[in-house]
Amino acid sequence: MSALTREATETLIQEVLEIYPEKARKDRAKHLMVNDTELESSKKCITSNRKSLPGVMTMRGCAYAGSKGVVWGPIKDMISISHGPIGCGQYARGGRRNYYVGTTGVDTFCEMNFTSDFQEKDIVFGGDKKLAKLIDEIEMLFPLNKGISVQSECPVGLIGDDIEAVSKKAAAQLDKPVVPVRCEGFRGVSQSLGHHIANDSVRDWILSNRDGQPFEKTPYDVAILGDYNIGGDAWASRILLEEMGLRVVAQWSGDGTLAEMENTPFVKLNLLHCYRSMNYISRHMEEKYGIPWLEYNFFGPTKIAESLRKIASFFDDHIKEGAERVIEKYTPAMNEVIAKYKPRLQGKKVMLYVGGLRPRHVVGAYEDLGMEVVGTGYEFAHNDDYDRTIKDMGDATLIYDDATGHELDEFVKALKPDLIGSGIKEKYVFHKMGFPFRQMHSWDYSGPYHGYDGFAVFAKDMDLTLNNPCWKMLKAPWLKEEAAELKAA
Amino acid sequence: MIRRGDAGYVFYMPKRDIEDQITSMEFDSPEKWGGEIRLKNGGIYFIEPQSAPERLPCSLRAKRIDGVE
Repeated sequence: MSALTREATETLIQEVLEIYPEKARKDRAKHLMVNDTELESSKKCITSNRKSLPGVMTMRGCAYAGSKGVVWGPIKDMISISHGPIGCGQYARGGRRNYYVGTTGVDTFCEMNFTSDFQEKDIVFGGDKKLAKLIDEIEMLFPLNKGISVQSECPVGLIGDDIEAVSKKAAAQLDKPVVPVRCEGFRGVSQSLGHHIANDSVRDWILSNRDGQPFEKTPYDVAILGDYNIGGDAWASRILLEEMGLRVVAQWSGDGTLAEMENTPFVKLNLLHCYRSMNYISRHMEEKYGIPWLEYNFFGPTKIAESLRKIASFFDDHIKEGAERVIEKYTPAMNEVIAKYKPRLQGKKVMLYVGGLRPRHVVGAYEDLGMEVVGTGYEFAHNDDYDRTIKDMGDATLIYDDATGHELDEFVKALKPDLIGSGIKEKYVFHKMGFPFRQMHSWDYSGPYHGYDGFAVFAKDMDLTLNNPCWKMLKAPWLKEEAAELKAA
Repeated sequence: MIRRGDAGYVFYMPKRDIEDQITSMEFDSPEKWGGEIRLKNGGIYFIEPQSAPERLPCSLRAKRIDGVE
């Protein structure tokens, strides 16, 4: 059951839109919808992946964020150079909590910021020489790096630097992959194009590096694609796959290495967690190497069991038995978790506004805890994401694409959810409004949330946030007096 | 890009994110393959008739004739 009826939700959307000027209202109306689970395609009722409306607050990032921050950044033994002014690299550093094993600064480099720090003279005379020098310096100071990627920031595209030429020359000199990535921030409408550009550069510069070389295969080789190991997510997923008898050859790209990526074309099956950021490369590998790919969901025991069985269906009985064994092994522990937290969370309403895969994937985990997702939305999804979301969400729930600050505020005020899941930019606004809030980008410095181990953490975190007594004390003093006066009167 | 799904061919167009089942294809024999294809969402596209690709999925050029973008 949804919190509101279909009509009420439609009225709410109309009310929220009223504040906009006519042209803006028309544009935004296309991005908001009331879910109808019977719909086959989202195309007719929601528009997505369009340019944000100028003049409103939006939570999107840029192509550089999608490439450097999401896809390339977490590859631990490669150095990603933020080529351009210093800010982009510095303020995006370490924000995504991609865990990895290694000694930072010696053989792993995720948490470090490498930048060419463009000055005026580089804009005027070009930054190619600086880039070549920077690559030389990197090689001298960090000889254990396995490769370098050059992530362009806006000015590089504007002044037309030839980073490809510099990269090719450096690659020949160093005998290592040096990958130019044309992910200037102004490209596309959101970080989503950055994912695509990054995928394309992986395809062009990395993927076929080991074609024809010997590789010791097993019939049970798989690769995890689109898991960025936030708070250790990929590890919590990987152990389940290994426990059921599969061999995980590569992790893309959380705690991943260059060698793993180069070995990915040898696997039997690509397991795709974040569809939005890695479907491009999966489709390419399907076409070129004939590797099938499969979307899976490791949030919450119901979806995990479903996904494990789906993965096992690609393999023989040995793996199928393995999947059942894993499910059986963890079910008692999961039942315990649910028995402990469900009574405290039952019937609570959640609103989500995240990116990537979470607005639909975590729905199952909340449902396992007896909670209900009353509204969900993506920052940068495309229509194929919404096609998938419609099936996962309840009927007559609210769906919003690229929501603005005003819309989110109003929806929250009207739906009065018991918990909000979104990012750091929304966190303190809703804290001040007195709503329990979890960051669903970085798991609020907790995690992992994937896999069976992750679900226990997830359930505990949701309980700690939602049932925290502090939320009752957040009323402003002047509002409190008013309430007291009313009571007295 | 055309790939084989659970029920027949699946049509996918990158950038536009159109992924849908192909309900009918004008020519579907090993020698002659392609022609006018109709999608479940109502879209109609045209693929230059050619010999059937040896394996799917494969990328090819398609022209939009009618239907949703």
